[in-house]
Amino acid sequence: MAEVILQNVSKAFGATQAVEDITMTIEDGAFVVLLGPTGAGKTTTLRLISGLEKLDSGSVHIGGRDVAADTPAQRDVAMVFQQYSLYPHLTVRDNLAFPLRSPILKTPEDVIAKKVQQIAEILQIPHKLDNKATALSGGEMQRVSIGRALVRDPQIYLMDEPLSSLDAKLRADLRVELKRIQSDLGSTLLYVTHDQIEAMTMATKIGVLEEGRLVQYGTPKEIYENPKSIYVASRLGLPRINILPSEIFPGAHKGAQIGLRPENILQSDAGGDGIEATVLRSEHLGDQTRLHLDVRGHAITTLSDPHQDYAAHSTIKISPQNPLYFDAAGLRVA
Amino acid sequence: MSSFSVTEPSSRTKWFAGTLVVLYAVITMIPLVWIALTGFKSPADAISYPPKYLIGGDSDTSFTPTLEGYVNLFTTRTRQTPEFLDANPPETWADEIVRQYDMVIVGPSKFGERFLNSVIIGFGSTFLSVFLGTLAAYAFSRFKIPLADDLLFFILSTRMMPPIAVAIPIFLMYRQLGLSDTHLGMILLYTGVNISLAVWLLKSFIDGIPTEYEEAALIDGYTRFQAFYKVVLPQAATGIASTAIFCLIFAWNEYAFAVLLTTANAQTAPPFIPTIIGVGGLDWPAIAAGVTIFLLPVMIFTILLRKHLLRGITFGAVRK
Repeated sequence: MAEVILQNVSKAFGATQAVEDITMTIEDGAFVVLLGPTGAGKTTTLRLISGLEKLDSGSVHIGGRDVAADTPAQRDVAMVFQQYSLYPHLTVRDNLAFPLRSPILKTPEDVIAKKVQQIAEILQIPHKLDNKATALSGGEMQRVSIGRALVRDPQIYLMDEPLSSLDAKLRADLRVELKRIQSDLGSTLLYVTHDQIEAMTMATKIGVLEEGRLVQYGTPKEIYENPKSIYVASRLGLPRINILPSEIFPGAHKGAQIGLRPENILQSDAGGDGIEATVLRSEHLGDQTRLHLDVRGHAITTLSDPHQDYAAHSTIKISPQNPLYFDAAGLRVA
Repeated sequence: MSSFSVTEPSSRTKWFAGTLVVLYAVITMIPLVWIALTGFKSPADAISYPPKYLIGGDSDTSFTPTLEGYVNLFTTRTRQTPEFLDANPPETWADEIVRQYDMVIVGPSKFGERFLNSVIIGFGSTFLSVFLGTLAAYAFSRFKIPLADDLLFFILSTRMMPPIAVAIPIFLMYRQLGLSDTHLGMILLYTGVNISLAVWLLKSFIDGIPTEYEEAALIDGYTRFQAFYKVVLPQAATGIASTAIFCLIFAWNEYAFAVLLTTANAQTAPPFIPTIIGVGGLDWPAIAAGVTIFLLPVMIFTILLRKHLLRGITFGAVRK
């Protein structure tokens, strides 16, 4: 396992700037999650580290060594592709053994057999080992794909939305399992996901990408509580943060826009403090209730006591708590 | 719900389509069956009217099978005096067959040699075409090659005129280079003709193999060539098999260049078989026997590769 350092990394495909001037350090043993919408450069970043794409400028150091001239094989990285590209002409067992049989690793067959069995059990697919890779369901293919990375002990694991096509239960199981493996082995892992729960629970650090640029890099707590912009604030949190013109609320305004996380809106009855809001509808999710409100023409979402039942069209009072202030361009000011 | 379905043909449609296929198969098989039968007839039966097409029995349309055609194909024979024939009784079953015409076998014919030439040249050029074609197609499919489209068009353009149009220049060049009437010369010539087909066919097959497989192999610790060999080739098997069959059929059946460029040393079977006609009358059974044997290798080759052809394009394990 090793530390990976990106320095002023840029990559363009024709006129599209896929990655622009990214500088980040992935510490040895860290679990770093990249967040960002489609096209933000997450996958390109992984491919630049793995060596599948060549850098336009900047440098990548893996374990203190500049890898610019190295082939993917020489970089000793393991990657789980978003398209879980299993070798269709091989069985599951041979797919898992494929990296171990490479000319670089040349693992003895008895060690391969042991490792493959061990990984298959972790991923709950030991009964599928002798199936052709094409005879698996989507979820099974994805697990084999993860397994093909986990059989190795590389400098860094690169994972591109590895849990995206699994059902909810398996996803939760594997999330815990991946985190356990990572902290047991002290592996360095760079992980791309859209899933907030994965990001918050597994990451030691989160990097937020916007149009190829790294806009914030910090611990999940920092990113959540102290976002640098509206863009970063909207990456995490479900329901999403509410952004309103700050003049709606009376009091000191430190910026043009105010950001309120759903849990940071205090509600009280029509007779309480705060400004008036109309209940549009409430959604009962069991453990929480989401209130959709109308505040002077702006729709906002908040959470309320699961036992509290507000009728539609009733009026309540709301007041902000720990508000975040942003300027007109969306940058955090306070 | 009605019994109508868009995906599943009705039993009537299936029955109709099945009948058509069987009819077509029968029609195309008739000449082949006729040739195979003629190979086992005596010269008289081969040209009798009404034609004889039943094996055994004693009706007007039946004949007794004989290996005369095959014996005549593989041997050279001379007529002998009755004294000589009496003094030398027949030793083998083949001797017996030729005795009825007062002949003796004096040695093997050239057919075996010519057939072997066909095998060497046909399979040699097929191997070379597919080998070079696969590498070129992979390069065109995966790498950024300057002027790739123009190069591909140039490769295709070599097929735009009939190859025989350049027969005379090639004849002169081959004489200068000492390639006339050599196995190497014929292998190179047929490879040159087949390579464009091979590159284009294989490129479309390799284009259809997602690059993710190779990328995964590169990450898994393999070099580009190992990834090609271990991951791309097995998946291109279908394309390679069908390309090989096309190349072999061309090289195997080619007649014009074989007549022009080969004589004593590297002559293939196609120009040889008609020369049997010249040896003392039209020996149809011997010609038919030669054609039957000549058909077998391509048939066997196609049957061996059938598994790959039928498999078609398998759905891979890459999520799209």
